[in-house]
Amino acid sequence: MQIYLPIADLPVNIFLVLGMGLAVGFISGMFGIGGGFLMTPLLIFIGISPAVAVASVSSHIAASSFTGAITYWRRRALDLALALMLLSAGIVGTATGVWLFTLLRALDQLDLMIGLSYVTLLTVVGVLMIYESVQAELRTRKGMPATLRRPGSHTWLHGLPFKLRFKRSKIYVSAIPVLAIGYIIGFVGAIMGIGGGFLLVPMLIYFLRVPTATVIGTSMVLTLVTMASATVMHAATNHLVDAVLALILMVGGVIGAQFGARTGQRMRGERLRLLLGLLVFAVGLRFAYELVVRPDDLFSLRQVRGE
Amino acid sequence: MRRALTLALLLIAGAATPASAERLVVSLSNHRVAVTSNFIGEDLVLFGTVEPDPGKSGLRPAYDLVTIVTGPRETQRTRRKQRVLGIWVNTDSREFVRVPSYLSILSSRPVNEIASPDVLRRLQVGLNNFLLPQRIGPDIADTVPDDPFRVAFTRLQGQGGLYRESSTAVTFLTPTVFRAAIPLPANAPTGNYLVDVMLFADGVLKARTNSALDVTKTGFEQYVADAARDYGLLYGLVTTLMALLTGWFASVVFARD
Repeated sequence: MQIYLPIADLPVNIFLVLGMGLAVGFISGMFGIGGGFLMTPLLIFIGISPAVAVASVSSHIAASSFTGAITYWRRRALDLALALMLLSAGIVGTATGVWLFTLLRALDQLDLMIGLSYVTLLTVVGVLMIYESVQAELRTRKGMPATLRRPGSHTWLHGLPFKLRFKRSKIYVSAIPVLAIGYIIGFVGAIMGIGGGFLLVPMLIYFLRVPTATVIGTSMVLTLVTMASATVMHAATNHLVDAVLALILMVGGVIGAQFGARTGQRMRGERLRLLLGLLVFAVGLRFAYELVVRPDDLFSLRQVRGE
Repeated sequence: MRRALTLALLLIAGAATPASAERLVVSLSNHRVAVTSNFIGEDLVLFGTVEPDPGKSGLRPAYDLVTIVTGPRETQRTRRKQRVLGIWVNTDSREFVRVPSYLSILSSRPVNEIASPDVLRRLQVGLNNFLLPQRIGPDIADTVPDDPFRVAFTRLQGQGGLYRESSTAVTFLTPTVFRAAIPLPANAPTGNYLVDVMLFADGVLKARTNSALDVTKTGFEQYVADAARDYGLLYGLVTTLMALLTGWFASVVFARD
């Protein structure tokens, strides 16, 4: 069944888009990521212009991260204090990111920068996650505890001042790394047009030692706020949010996210991180392939403005 | 560049209509194409008749007909990738300024059989002869038809069904009555379309007339598009609220544990 999208100005198959929403929603609920880095390329692939795709995906991510956040909240698997702290620094990071975004666009090399940062970030994060989770998996096989450092053990990050206690996550850390992580996520999110969940989850786990149980719910709150504000900003400045497309994606996305969140909670943390690592790495390779292999068509069109 | 400029001037200069006694009467099947939620494109039909010169009855020449449909103007950038340090980067781009977003050149015979290259170029008949001005440095001019950017531009527009040239789309039902099939693809931009109808005989333009049609969004589609454009902030807030409601609704429906 075809349905015409009023902002994207083209008809799409409603079941295809619904299915895409379901699949990406499932992944996002399972790993606590927004899934923007998966959904945006998919929409561009079915013919929606990149600008409309990026703008509309943000509202879809807001919906599926909200439903995920509610689920984790009910299970007490969400650290609101930590999320708010990360957010406060995230806003500053987003502002810096938007500034650099404008600067790069003026230099006409924004597309390349986005492509390169996708490749670098996704492959590096992917490889690190795969390596770490395989190590953990092997240790469990040998009958040792999955994490090498016990929860009480300290890294140099724990020696920093301004220590705060986050009760829900059962961590006692300095405010400095928390704010730094929030800033980086906000910055990267603005540059790459993503929620940054796939970066935030490993950072919280490895740097702050947030337990896997609360990390996903916390990441979802952050994704929700950034993506909701991104939707409003895109709609107010570029007028590119397609509400019909967004609604179809949302309906599929929230249902998928519900099942994803359930599946995710039943799985062991190491296994979950390995899967996410593989997924992130695969998408990174896909972007690298696009940059390195000679494209089928050397030419492409971009509408500058209508009349 | 100078050659391109001269060519452009030549093209602009030739827009005169010949004094002729033949008259063209045309009628479009639909002047207003409504884009609704199930719009998947539409085929329009243009019917027309040639009223021959009453003074020269008896000897009627064989007529040829060309219909050029142009959509609303827009500016498009064509970019070319090149390999730089092992990766493919957009290195070069050309801006096509105020070119039609939709262009159909429909004829009853291949255009190069209808008239001489000079006449065709003057009247912009054929994709190779249609004026597609590019911004080249400080100037705006059309290039030679085999310019790589121009070729790529018409090819990419053609892949989307937006640019086409067909020598079979116009058929003469009788020697003086014709019909032209105008295909509008699903991604046809909304706006005002011009239909330019030209009658040729023995390689000479005999009569010319035009018509117009509108592609407009209606009902819900119109409402959403207007809201997004005129009330961006409110539209964004409503969309976000919709996202939150959808999210909340799903968690209520699925909360059975």
